[in-house]
Amino acid sequence: MEKYLLPDIRDLHRIDVYEAHGGYKAFRKALQMKTEDVTEEVKKSGLKGRGGACFPTGLKWTFMPKQSDKPKYLCVNGDESEPGTFKDRQIFEFNPHLMIEGTLIAAYAMGGSISYIYVRGEYGKWIKMIEKALHDAYAKGYIGQNILGSGFSTEIIVHRGAGAYICGEESALMNSIEGDRGYPRVKPPFPAQNGLWGRATTINNVETISNVPLIIDRGWEWYSKIGAPKYPGPILVGVSGHVNKPGVYELPTGVPLLEIIHKYAGGVPGNKAIKAVFPGGSSTMVLRGDQLEGVCMDAESLKAAGSSVGTAGLIVMDEDTDLIKVIARIAKFYYHESCGQCTPCREGTGWLWKILNRFENGEGRWEDIDLLLDVANNVEGNTICALGDAAAWPVQSMVRRFRDEFERRAKIPRPKVLEAVAV
Amino acid sequence: MLSERNLKKLDEMKKYYQTSQSLVLPALWMVQEEHGHISEDAMKYVAKLLGVPFGHILGVVTFYTMLHRKPIGRHHVEVCTNVSCMLRGADKIVEHLEKRLGIKMGETSRDRKWTLSEVECMGSCGTAPMFAVGEEYYENLTPEKIDKLIADLERK
Repeated sequence: MEKYLLPDIRDLHRIDVYEAHGGYKAFRKALQMKTEDVTEEVKKSGLKGRGGACFPTGLKWTFMPKQSDKPKYLCVNGDESEPGTFKDRQIFEFNPHLMIEGTLIAAYAMGGSISYIYVRGEYGKWIKMIEKALHDAYAKGYIGQNILGSGFSTEIIVHRGAGAYICGEESALMNSIEGDRGYPRVKPPFPAQNGLWGRATTINNVETISNVPLIIDRGWEWYSKIGAPKYPGPILVGVSGHVNKPGVYELPTGVPLLEIIHKYAGGVPGNKAIKAVFPGGSSTMVLRGDQLEGVCMDAESLKAAGSSVGTAGLIVMDEDTDLIKVIARIAKFYYHESCGQCTPCREGTGWLWKILNRFENGEGRWEDIDLLLDVANNVEGNTICALGDAAAWPVQSMVRRFRDEFERRAKIPRPKVLEAVAV
Repeated sequence: MLSERNLKKLDEMKKYYQTSQSLVLPALWMVQEEHGHISEDAMKYVAKLLGVPFGHILGVVTFYTMLHRKPIGRHHVEVCTNVSCMLRGADKIVEHLEKRLGIKMGETSRDRKWTLSEVECMGSCGTAPMFAVGEEYYENLTPEKIDKLIADLERK
């Protein structure tokens, strides 16, 4: 299919090349439209957030107050830290002006006075690329005061994170911009009422915002027909793990996972069988290799299969993979990244890791298997933000879908009395 | 403690933020850039510069993984061992690095040339396994490639 987010155009990161290929045309068009019509267009397109939560983007924009004498803000979330996710980085490097144009259109639609592009600290090299692109866009008069004579003024600035997964959570991101520890806030109030410095704020993912120029340029009807009807548009799928050609592939939503793995990512090395996949990054529920038939990279399809689309970071594991080692590493990650505000997450993530460590070291006990579920269930839904869920889901799904692996690894096997009951 | 250039830059950034506290992270980045780490004196300096309590600065510095309170080696080798890299042999990369540099994970060499750290996903899953040195990413690593990279960095 044709590529829109990452088209094969040389030097597209340069503003002159971007303009020569129709760049900033959508923004010019938007400036001629009524702001509410821009939002309506995005709403009708069916675009849903690509940062993991799948929230309808246009609807989110309508939550912003229309009349306000106070400044309103927009944050573009480029914290990209979910294991298995490396898509926003491609936009920063190969098509930064698309993101900037989307940000400008969003700022126009919502009346945003300043937009903050929050980028993870590790992406220092890419921050320089974004800053160069911003510099060029300022020089051409696309950002700043009275843009292109329209009377609309807005600013864009990059804000650098410093190594904290939790800052990808929208309210933690705002606290980080405010110069605080990246602690998520209790919601409500939601950012649209009470965001940055208490002002109305909207947070959109980098890939989400990069879809906006396409919608404005070609119209919502065109956009809504790409890919899966309830989750339309192009999507950047990052394939990693045991495949011959790992990488980011731009596809319409709704492509079957097996097609992505075999047709695009070149299949599994040595033609091995697929044991398991995380379809949307390490926080999505793991799927067994034998349940992938007919499952597509689409929010609805993955939900029906018992997982979620997340950030479309597809991690593939072949038949020889030690899944205990995998899940122990993932648990360690969430333990490290838990901000420590909520007791269930702070204590639960560490507990899960310790138990999984026992299995990894051959010290697991039979009753630990259910203990894993018990701890995970008590973390899930009991925390301020979704990190608790993100830590619980991979563990819960791994135990439920690969219980035999845990049973085989348990040092202290199934107690005799249980066997008697089973008979 | 901060150069004139950076102080000017901070001043220019003020107009984008409602409070001076918002400049804490940018200021701390500048300190680390100039001095390699953020000492207690540097934290007191930033506190005074921005009119924010010292305790708040300490809280921020200890929260973010990339901010260092102690000096680290000239080349900070950060190896990702998270799931996508692990599936593509990060263990072997770690093993090779430890042998080659003569230090264990989390250590700094005696000559302060090298620091070796285990890090979480760096967004390099499609080019795994990887490590970063400073802002540079080194991807699709093999032991042979590592030997060459280390030899090149040794000379720097």
